[in-house]
Formats: sequence, structure tokens, C-alpha cells
Amino acid sequence: MSPDAGRNSDQADGALTLDTAWTVRWIRRSAEILAAERTALNTLDRDIGDGDHGENMDRGFQAVLPKLDGLADDANPSAVLKLLATTLISTVGGAAGPLYGTAFLKAAGATAATGTLDSLALVALLTAARDGIVLRGKAGAGDKTMIDAWSPAVDAAQAAQSAGESAPAVLTAAADAAARGAQDTEPLVAHKGRASYLGERAIGHRDPGAQSTALLLRAAADATRVMD
Amino acid sequence: MSTVGECAWGEVSDRSVVAPSEWQVMKKLINDPKHVVNEAVAGFEAAHGDIVRVSPDPLFIVRADAPHKGKVGIVSGGGSGHEPLHGGFVGLGMLDAAVPGPVFTSPTPDPILAATQSVDGGVGVLHIVKNYTGDVLNFETAADLASAEGIDVRTVIINDDVAVKDSLYTAGRRGVAGTVLVEKITGAAAERGDDLTAVVAVAEKVNSRVRTMGVALTPCVVPHAGEPSFVLADDEIEIGIGIHGEPGRERIKLEPADAIVDRLLAPILEDLPLASGDQVLLFVNGMGGTPLVELYIVFRRAAEVLRERGITVSRSLVGNYTTSLEMAGASISVLQLDAELTALWDAPVQTAALRWGR
Repeated sequence: MSPDAGRNSDQADGALTLDTAWTVRWIRRSAEILAAERTALNTLDRDIGDGDHGENMDRGFQAVLPKLDGLADDANPSAVLKLLATTLISTVGGAAGPLYGTAFLKAAGATAATGTLDSLALVALLTAARDGIVLRGKAGAGDKTMIDAWSPAVDAAQAAQSAGESAPAVLTAAADAAARGAQDTEPLVAHKGRASYLGERAIGHRDPGAQSTALLLRAAADATRVMD
Repeated sequence: MSTVGECAWGEVSDRSVVAPSEWQVMKKLINDPKHVVNEAVAGFEAAHGDIVRVSPDPLFIVRADAPHKGKVGIVSGGGSGHEPLHGGFVGLGMLDAAVPGPVFTSPTPDPILAATQSVDGGVGVLHIVKNYTGDVLNFETAADLASAEGIDVRTVIINDDVAVKDSLYTAGRRGVAGTVLVEKITGAAAERGDDLTAVVAVAEKVNSRVRTMGVALTPCVVPHAGEPSFVLADDEIEIGIGIHGEPGRERIKLEPADAIVDRLLAPILEDLPLASGDQVLLFVNGMGGTPLVELYIVFRRAAEVLRERGITVSRSLVGNYTTSLEMAGASISVLQLDAELTALWDAPVQTAALRWGR
């Protein structure tokens, strides 16, 4: 973690917190990464799904960019997350639209009425997002879905927060764990989604939803370092 | 089921497979892959303006005379590429609205919500949803939004595909061609004035009594992908295919039609508790690239097998009704009839793809 992460804002006690500007940067960085990884995600999805996951995620995040400019001056992180959620629900399609939409809607709910997010609030945000996806998609650990990236990320974030780490460090821990989680879907047989019909033919392929989750959480960590 | 090393889905591992370069020049009657759905729906409206009108944005197809006060509205939808499912079944005695998504991709909740609002006659709306994760999640989200606006929405998930053996460890049996029968019979129930609870009961009854199994002889090419969604060797077929080319039970060498029909019917008859003397509707559905002459060869054998078991084929449907773009192949659906379902099947219907009794 670079020391200039403190640029976000410093509380009186010195703990790093993240604000609305960070939330906006997270979405912009996500859009950048998803555009760059669009083809790679499509390829993962073609192997075990229908080949359009990169297309759909890219479309959704590109659609939210112009809306960020229209945010009210006093918008808090929760309002930004809600804008992201509703845009993803109405533009992504497939299974990913409702799943990510629900995730960010629940994340918005968990961070309502606060202007800055400390490490505890970030853990609440990530946990709510994960729980939203479980609620909507009913997948469990090891089903070869995005949950296999979200759950390790939440666990790692909780551990980092308990150890007294700053908010940016919590995000880095979550992003690292999500990346490992996505990689760890490769040997799994899928039990949810279209890949589940492949049976053992899904073995050896990384789940595209777990991979896009890893990218989104990487963007969240990046956004603590990127200056406006 | 073939193993990973043998022939992984979507991978070329067999030298006899058609080279990708031959597929890349796949001929299609399209202008721009991005405009396939919008242009097709515009053409559909131009052709069938007496029956439907189209809302271009958010995109849905609705009965020209909707909403009907006091009638339960019926909405279905899903990815495009399965025509005439679902737009071809909008009209009197069947669907009130259909929501087409991009090719093989579920529509988002916005147009589903708008379609639901447009057919709400004040007594509730039924969503008929094929069991595919994207469709289920988007319709579920739309139903939540519609309920929040005071519309009584109920959902019936169609899962007639017997190819999926283990529902516990998959997303469950898929909704395939049997959906057409559910839409026809449920639409008739709504048209005769059944309330929402009764309409839901009819839809669930049809879904519980219909079983389907399909076969693919060739893959299909999604326009924006430009290449086949999977690869079959020249002499291979996939038994138990879904309607997007996703795999089924096994990949085998091509056999005579009768042998393939026997393979498709066996799991249906294993699953459906039919007894000698029962009456059924036999539905042979084309996947898009198989001519009617072959579909009738399939029907002939399927009817023969049922007759041998003392089962009477009292109603029938043969044709391309739930397609997978240009895929060659077919599916067989068997629906166990009773007096009520037979009467509802015979009831008048006036849609682009099914018309009788009026």
C-alpha cells in the first residue's frame, strides 16, 4: 500500500477512510479494467457459458460513466453505489445484471447515511454485497460462481479489519483473496448457472463471474491509490 | 458424457471437425449483428400489426388490444434466437406480451416491468419463465419491482427438459419446447376468465405433465459471436441439447432417425408416469435448421413407440416453434392430457405462429 493513499482523507485518529470521490474512482477504474479485459472475460465465458460476460459487464459500466457526472454535490458513497446498482440491473442482462445489481444495492443499504467509510464500514459493504448475491443467486461456496471470489474476499477483509488494518489495506486484502478465489474455481465442477450443465467438462476453466468479481475488487483497491 | 480430454465443449480436439475458417464466413441474412433483434422485431410488427404492437424502448411485443380489464395478463420472454418463441405467441388465447432480450441473453428487468404494466388488467399478471439462470433472475427482479407498484405478479418456472439428470447439482432442468404448450394452454385459461390463482394452477399442471428431450446435429452461430457456439464433428450428434447449444447427456455418432427418436423418448417415458390408455399431445419441434420432412419422420417413429405402449396420441404439433437459430436438430415433447387440458388446447388462438378455432 502506497503511503499517499492517505490523500483520501485523514480522520482525527489517523485512520484512513474512503469517501464519495473514492467510490466514483472505484467505478471509473472498474470500467477501465473491464473494457481492457472484455475479450478475456468473453473467452472464459465461451468456454463454459455463452460467451458474453465481458460484453455485458463492459456495457453496464460504460453506461454508468456518464451518469456519474450528474451526481448531486452532496451524494454520499451509498448514493453512488445505488446509482451503479440500478444502472447495472437495467443494462447488463444475463445472470450478472441482477446479481451485481443486487450486490451493489445491498452495499448501498449497508453504507447509507455515512459520508466516509472506515475499515469497519468497508467490511460491512463487502459483506452486504456478498450476502445480496447469495440471496439472489442461491449459490454456495464451491459452486463455481462469483461467490467463490466474494466469500474469500469478505473473509480476508474481516481478518484485516480485526487486525487493525486501514481501509485501503482491507481492500487490498479483499482484492488479493478474490483473485486467488477466482483462480481456485478452475478445478471445480459448476453447480449453478449455465456451466452446471457441462458437468465435468467445466473442470479446468475459470469461472468468468468469479474473475469479474476479482477485477472489480482490484479496481476498488486501485482506487485508493489513484488521484483525481 | 464425453470427458474433458476427449472433446471439451467449444474446443476443437478432433481433426475431422470443420475448420474454423469455414465457419467464419457463415452466411446470414443480417445487416449488422448489433441490430438483429431490433430489425427482426420491427419486421414482426410490420407483418403482424393486426395482432401485436411493439414498444421499441423498452423493447417488448404486446397484444394490439392490451390491456384487457378483468383478464389475467400473461407475459413471457427470454433471449432472442428462439423464434417464434415468444413473440410469435402473443395474441388472443395465448400471451399478452413477450419480452425479447439480445440473442441468447435474457432481457433486463426494465422491459419486463414495462411489459407487465402494459398488460395489467387489474387482476394480476403471470410470468412464464424458462428455467435459465439469467431469465429467472431478471424476471424475479422485475416481479419485485412490479409488486412494489401494486401489481399482483406470480411466476411459473418451466423446466420440462429431462436431459438434465441431476437437478440437485445443476441449475436444474431447463425450460425448452414444452414452454409453447404451457403458453398455449395457460393463455386459454386466462382468456376464458380464470383468476390469477387458477391460471397459475393450470400453468403448473402443464409444466408438471410435459417432458422434452432434444438432439443437435449441428451447432448454431450467434450473430455477434460470428463463430459456432460449440463444435460437433461431421459424424457426431449431441443428445439432450439445450436451446442455446449447451450440452446434454452425451455426444454420440450419428444414427438412423428411428434410433435417435428411441434415445430421446426413453428418458421422457421413464420420467412421465404414463399408463396404457392415457392420451397425450405429441410435439415434435424443429431447432431451426432441420426440414419438416425430417420432423415428420421423427413424429412417425415417436407415435409408433407410444402406440406400442398403448398410449393414444390425441393431439399433435409439428414444426419449428422453439428454435436455436440455424441449429439442425429436433426435440420431442410429450404432454399427458386430460379433459381440461385437451379443451384448453383446442380453444381458439390467434397469434403469428399458432392460429385455430376462430
